[in-house]
Amino acid sequence: MGFHQFGQACLELLTLDDLPTLLIPGVNSKKHQMCFDWGPGEMLVCETSFNKKEKSEMVPSCPFIYIIRKDVDVYSQVLRKLFNESHGIFVGLQRIEEELTGKSRKSQLVRVSKNYRSVIRACMEEMHQVAIAAKDPASGRQFSSQVSILSAMELIWNLCEILFIEVAPAGPLLLHLLDWVRLHVCEVDSLSADVLGSENPSKHESFWNLVTILVLQGRLDEARQMLSKEADTSPASAGMCRIMGELMRTMPILSPGNTQTLTELELKWQHWHEECERYLQDCTFASNPHLESLCKIMLGDEAALLEQKELLSNWYHFLVTRLLYSNPTVKPIDLQYYAQSSLDLFLGGESSPEPLDNILMAAFEFDIHQVIKECSIALSNWWFVAHLTDLLDHCKLLQSHNLYFGSNMREFLLLEYASGLFAHPSLWQLGVDYFDYCPELGRVSLELHIERIPLNTEQKALKVLRICEQRQMTEQVRSICKILAMKAVRNNRLGSALSWSIRAKDAAFATLVSDRFLRDYCERGCFSDLDLIDNLGPAMMLSDRLTFLGKYREFHRVYGEKRFADAASLLLSLMTSQIAPRSFWMTLLTDALPLLEQKQVIFSAEQTYELMQCLEDLTSGKPVHGGSDTQQCQDDDIETTKVEMLRLALARNLARAIVREGSLEGS
Amino acid sequence: VWDKSESGDWHCTASWKTHSGSVWRVTWAHPEFGQVLASCSFDRTAAVWEEIVGESNDKLRGQSHWVKRTTLVDSRTSVTDVKFAPKHMGLMLATCSADGIVRIYEAPDVMNLSQWSLQHEISCKLSCSCISWNPSSSRAHSPMIAVGSDDSSPNAMAKVQIFEYNENTRKYAKAETLMTVTDPVHDIAFAPNLGRSFHILAIATKDVRIFTLKPVRKELTSSGGPTKFELHIVAQFDNHNSQVWRVSWNITGTVLASSGDDGCVRLWKANYMDNWKCTGILKGNGSPVNGSSQQGNSNPSLGSNIPSLQNSLNGSSAGRKHS
Repeated sequence: MGFHQFGQACLELLTLDDLPTLLIPGVNSKKHQMCFDWGPGEMLVCETSFNKKEKSEMVPSCPFIYIIRKDVDVYSQVLRKLFNESHGIFVGLQRIEEELTGKSRKSQLVRVSKNYRSVIRACMEEMHQVAIAAKDPASGRQFSSQVSILSAMELIWNLCEILFIEVAPAGPLLLHLLDWVRLHVCEVDSLSADVLGSENPSKHESFWNLVTILVLQGRLDEARQMLSKEADTSPASAGMCRIMGELMRTMPILSPGNTQTLTELELKWQHWHEECERYLQDCTFASNPHLESLCKIMLGDEAALLEQKELLSNWYHFLVTRLLYSNPTVKPIDLQYYAQSSLDLFLGGESSPEPLDNILMAAFEFDIHQVIKECSIALSNWWFVAHLTDLLDHCKLLQSHNLYFGSNMREFLLLEYASGLFAHPSLWQLGVDYFDYCPELGRVSLELHIERIPLNTEQKALKVLRICEQRQMTEQVRSICKILAMKAVRNNRLGSALSWSIRAKDAAFATLVSDRFLRDYCERGCFSDLDLIDNLGPAMMLSDRLTFLGKYREFHRVYGEKRFADAASLLLSLMTSQIAPRSFWMTLLTDALPLLEQKQVIFSAEQTYELMQCLEDLTSGKPVHGGSDTQQCQDDDIETTKVEMLRLALARNLARAIVREGSLEGS
Repeated sequence: VWDKSESGDWHCTASWKTHSGSVWRVTWAHPEFGQVLASCSFDRTAAVWEEIVGESNDKLRGQSHWVKRTTLVDSRTSVTDVKFAPKHMGLMLATCSADGIVRIYEAPDVMNLSQWSLQHEISCKLSCSCISWNPSSSRAHSPMIAVGSDDSSPNAMAKVQIFEYNENTRKYAKAETLMTVTDPVHDIAFAPNLGRSFHILAIATKDVRIFTLKPVRKELTSSGGPTKFELHIVAQFDNHNSQVWRVSWNITGTVLASSGDDGCVRLWKANYMDNWKCTGILKGNGSPVNGSSQQGNSNPSLGSNIPSLQNSLNGSSAGRKHS
C-alpha cells in the first residue's frame, strides 16, 4: 500500500575523495533532492520530487525508503561473542584499576591484553569455520576477508602489547618479536607437516624451503633436526650439515631466566658471528648453495635475506629476522630505524606501504596516537580502537603524551563504540557499562540513548527501568513509565497504566487512572484489575484519588466479608476525610443504603448524623437544572428519588440507633 | 504513517488526505503524550492528530486510525513549520508562518488534545521558514526558540533570530540575531544538550553552518533582560555546492546530517579535538535497483573502510599490488 516501500539493501560502501560514500540504488542525485531522518539506531533516506532546476515531477523516480545503518558489525552473529567477552574483560579492567599497584601492575595489564587477544583469536577461529562451511562462494569469501581483518587486529594488538604494555627492554624485546612473527606467519606448520609426513623428507621439493624458513624464524633446533635428516640421506653433505648444525646449536640467545647481562650476550654473539663469517670465507658450504645461503642468512646478510622475500612474506618478518641475525640486543628506541629501512628494502620501490604497514610503523616509532588514528581510519568498527585505547590509558600511556586529549580520546572512542551497540536490540545492555566508565559524557549519553530504546515487551521495559533506577536516573524512569502508562491508558489497560504510574511516582497520572477506574465502576458496577488494587500497599499514598480507589475497593471487600461495622466506619471515613471526589459522594451514600437497611443497627447515631450532614452538603451544593430537557427531567427525578430514599433510610437508622444506644447505656 | 511490526518489517498503517494545500512539515510529539502528530500546510493551518486505538479487526488488518484533534487557524499565510516543545515544557508547540509570526500553543490538559490555547505570538518581521526549540532541560537555561527566515526582500538582512522566555515578564523576547547569516535560511536545528553550558545551532542556508552560543554570565547583563550570548561559528561547509535544505542532529548531537540541492545527504562530525568535518556522503547515481525490496544484511561485515587492509594480510609479497 502506498507509494513508498521500505527496502533494506546491502549497499556498497565506496571511498570517493577520501570520504566513505554510500550509493543509494535507484536514486538519482543529479535530478532530485534526498530527504532523511534519524532513527534510534539508523537513518531513513528517500528520494523526493524536489529539484532546483526543472519543474518538479509529481513523483520521485525511486519508490523506496531506505534504512541506513552505520554500525552493521553489531549484527554479526560471530562477532557477538567478541563483543560479549571483551565487554567482560573491559568491565573487569575498570574494576581492578584501584588494585593495580606496583610491580604486579604491569603483569596484570599484560594479562588483560592477552585476554583480549585470545578473544580475538577465538573469534577468528569461529569465523574461519563459518567461512569453510559457507554455502556460497561469495559469502565464504566475505567471511574469509573478515578473518583477515581479525588477524590484522590481533597482529597490531600483539605488537602494541610488546612495545607499550610489556615494554620489553633490549634483549627480551627480540624474543617477544620473534614470538610475534612466529604466531602470525603460520605457513611453517603446514609446510612442516607436508615435508615430515612424506616418505623421504629430505628429498621433498619443499625441504630446503622448510629449513630456510625455520632459520628465518630463529627456530634453529628444528632446523638442525631437519639438517640431520639430510645428513643421514646424503653422506656427501653430511659434514657440512654437521658444521651448520653446530653453528645453529651454539648461537647465543637470551633465554628467559638466563642471568647473563646484555653485554655478556653481545660479546658471545660477536664471537659466534665471527665464527660463522670464517666458515663462509673458507667456502665451507660452497658446494651446497642452500647451506651457503643459510650461512649468509645467519650472518644477517641483507641481500641473502631479501632473496627469501617469498618465504618471509612481509617486511616485518624481514625486520625481525634481520634484527635476530645482525642486532639481537636492539634497543626499543632504535627499532624505528630498522623498521623503516626494512620496509623500504622489502618493498624495493615496487609498491607503496599499505594502511597496515603504516600502523605497524607507527607502533615501531612508539607513536601511540598515530597508531590509534590510523586504526580508526582503517577499521570500520570502533571495537578495536576503543578497547585498545582504554587499555593503553590504564597503562598511563595516553596521559603522558598529552594531557589535553589523553582522557578525551579514550572517552571519545568508548562513547562511539557504546553508541554503536545501542543500535542493537540486545547488545545495548553491554553499551550501558561502557557509558558508566566514561566520566564526562557517559551518563548523559546513556540518558539520551536509553530513552530511545524501543520497548516492545514488558520484559525489556523492566530491564531498562532497572538499569535507570540503579543509576538514579529518575527523570528517565519517570519518562519511560509515563510513556508506558499513556500507552496502556489509550489501550484501555487500566491496571497496567496504574502500575506504571505508581512506578513513575506520577501522582497526577495515578489520579487520572484512578478516576478512570472509578468511572468504569460507575458504568459497569464492578472493578477491573482487582488484584492490583487490592495489593497496592504503601503505593496507595501516591495520590489522594488512588488512596480513595484503594480504600473504596477495601470497603467492598470488607462488606463482602460481612464485616458490616468495619465497612460502615470505612465508608464514613471515606466521606468525611475529604479524599472522596465530590462526584462520587452520591455513589458512596447509595452504597450506604444496604448497610442502613440491615436488620441490626450498624451506623451509630453519631455516624448517622455525619452521613446526614454529608447528604445535606451534597444536595445544597447541587445546581438547579434548567429543566426543559425531558432527559434532564428524568435524571432529576431519579436524583430526587434517591435523595428521598436516603433521607428516609438515614432517619430510620437514626431512630433505631438512638433507641439502641439509649438502652445500652441504661442497662 | 508507518509502523514497524514485531518481525521488523515496516507497514503503512494509515494514509489520509486532509490539508487543502501542500503539507510542509510533519512532526511527532514525545511519546509521553501518546501517539500524537502535528502537521502544517500551505493552506494556512496547522493540525494536531492523535492515533485512536481501533477495533481489534483493524489491528489485525494492520490499520490504525488517526483523528484530527484540533486545527490551528490563526495564521493568515502559509504555515511553514511546526515543532513540539521539549517535553519538560509540557504539551506545547510552536508554528511559524510566511507572515513572520511565530505562535506558541499549549494544551493544558494532556488528556484532552482538542483544547489548545494560543499563549504567545512573536513577531519576527521577516517571513519565517523554520523553527527549532532548544532541547535543553537544564534549569540554567530558559526556554528558547530559534527562527529562520527565507525572506528574499532586499531590506531583510539577518535571517536567524533567537527568542528566549523571560520568567519575569512571562513573555518571549528577542535574545540574539545572527548578523552573519544573510542568505535565506531553510532549516535550523539546536543540537541535543549534553550537559553543556553553551548551545549548538545548525543552520541550513546556502551552506551548512554550525554556531555555538555561549551564555554570557548573568551578572554582566542587566538583570531581568534576555540572556546575552557569545556567538562563534565553529563550522561552515559548502560541500553541497548548492542550497542546503535540511539539517538534523542524531540522538547525542554528535553527528549532523544535511541534505541539499546536490541530491546528497552529508554527515558531519567533530573529532575529540572539536574539529568538524564531513564523515560520509549518501548519494544516488541513478543506478537501477535490483528487483523489489531487498532483504537486509545477511552477511554484515567487520568491514574495513579501506579494502586494502584485508589485502595486505591476505597477500604475501606476491599478492601485494604494485603501484
